[in-house]
Amino acid sequence: MGYNKKLIILLSLSVASILLFVFWDVGGQWDYVLPRRLEKVAAITMTGAAIAASTVIFQTITNNRILTPSLIGFDSLYVLLQTAIVFLLGGGTLVMMNNHFHFLLSVGLMVVFALLLFLFIFKREGKNIYFLLLVGIILGTFFSSISEFLQVLIDPNEFLVVQDKMFASFNNANTELLLVGGILLLAATLYLFRYTKYLDVISLGEEEAVNLGVNYDAVVKRLLGVIAVYVSVATALVGPITFLGLIVANVSHEVFRTYRHKYLIPGAIFVSIFSLLLGQWFVEHVFTFSTTISVIVNFVGGIYFIYLLVKENDVW
Amino acid sequence: MVDVTNVSKAYKEVKVVDDVSVHIKKGTITSFIGANGAGKSTLLSMVSRLIPKDEGSVLLDGEEITSYDNKELAKRLSVLKQSNNIKVRITVRELVSFGRFPYSQGKLKKEDEKLINEAIEYMQLEDFEDRFLDELSGGQKQRAYIAMVIAQDTDYILLDEPLNNLDMKHSKQIMKALRRMVDDLGKTVVIVIHDINFASCYSNHIVALKDGKCVYEGHPEEMITNNVLREVYDMEFNVCNIDGNRICVFFT
Repeated sequence: MGYNKKLIILLSLSVASILLFVFWDVGGQWDYVLPRRLEKVAAITMTGAAIAASTVIFQTITNNRILTPSLIGFDSLYVLLQTAIVFLLGGGTLVMMNNHFHFLLSVGLMVVFALLLFLFIFKREGKNIYFLLLVGIILGTFFSSISEFLQVLIDPNEFLVVQDKMFASFNNANTELLLVGGILLLAATLYLFRYTKYLDVISLGEEEAVNLGVNYDAVVKRLLGVIAVYVSVATALVGPITFLGLIVANVSHEVFRTYRHKYLIPGAIFVSIFSLLLGQWFVEHVFTFSTTISVIVNFVGGIYFIYLLVKENDVW
Repeated sequence: MVDVTNVSKAYKEVKVVDDVSVHIKKGTITSFIGANGAGKSTLLSMVSRLIPKDEGSVLLDGEEITSYDNKELAKRLSVLKQSNNIKVRITVRELVSFGRFPYSQGKLKKEDEKLINEAIEYMQLEDFEDRFLDELSGGQKQRAYIAMVIAQDTDYILLDEPLNNLDMKHSKQIMKALRRMVDDLGKTVVIVIHDINFASCYSNHIVALKDGKCVYEGHPEEMITNNVLREVYDMEFNVCNIDGNRICVFFT
């Protein structure tokens, strides 16, 4: 089957899942149900796309299929930054202050962190993915523990006020940030387009990329910046989902079995949207909110992660 | 030409390459020989800007290699390292096509396709150009990588142990191909090589490294002698003249 045909099938599946999610069992309350569902679909679609694209790019840069941005603690870092801002500036001012300002501040800090990560971990000679993974998992746990600690210290009343705004979940997507998040995603994607032609070359490895005239360090730095924006938007909209990226990036690699990112990235995005929306539909209509999609994704993804580690697969 | 002047590289305290100067003439094959760990690959990596050097300079046609524009340099100098473990799923033809990236930036034109076909023919890869790299033997893979470098069509070609994994037939075939590229197309080739008999028969210039230092360099006639080789490798050689070539016997 050709690459384009596979892509069209995945696209149709994700469109079908959007339609299913929006129009299933509306029950006559169109003007109440529809806008809410559309907002939710937009949030989930954007999140799914951002996580999928960022993971595929990240795996290409690190040249492996086990690491993902969330596994090395990118999304826990975002939560930590949000918490720290509330903690330092206080909930009272937050209510007054512009929600968007907080969001943009956190995104900016995330990009800075991505560059630090580049300096300290990627530029070390003889980088080892298991070392990166270990450091990342420890940092991720560390970040979430600090976040929790800070959240405990914040005045409970203040915390309640801000919690709703700042810490989203799939059942309670942060729709306020849809517009600004969408604009950021779009801007980051437009920026990414200038570098997509290098992604295929970078997947051959650093030495090959340098040999073929890619300014490797500069390109990787910019790509990490784009990843930081993607992860921030996704986490701001619906909160961290650790294993989603791992699953969808690997499924896309398995489906397309190619190095070409013009198929891998859209493929991963469609798989991501499809599985998130279908999952959320199951959560709402079959499990009637007795579980959350993060639990399901992490359950499936965790098993898959262990499988990948055991298989130690080095063949893409 | 490439002028390497006083380059050094140290990892922690250990000097891997220590104050080496080499002059590489245009239109020649230069071989780096020496025992394992003598610093040959490190030197090649520094000459090809894959790793930064601690000291010294590498001038390519009079200009420092690190000050070149990346894209322009990739049209003039190509390098192939020995540790090739490309993990992506890619066919031989697709890999060779990557050699055109500095020119095409991903969009292959007619003349790119032509050069890709020529490179595939040059390395006799037509029969499995559509096979995936991970389905090939070590030697076939090696030839595919060399074809990629040929497609890159640069004046300077730096190869780190190009005969690695190859049987005698294909080793000879590749050395002959390199010789042809130098003689017919005016390319300049630098190789790191372990088989000193191939170095003896095919190179114009041999550079011998030992413990990070350049101990001898010169024409194969001066280099392939009992005295020089004994000092470079710390073992006894018996150099014979067979059909006009200097051949080392050291197997027993």
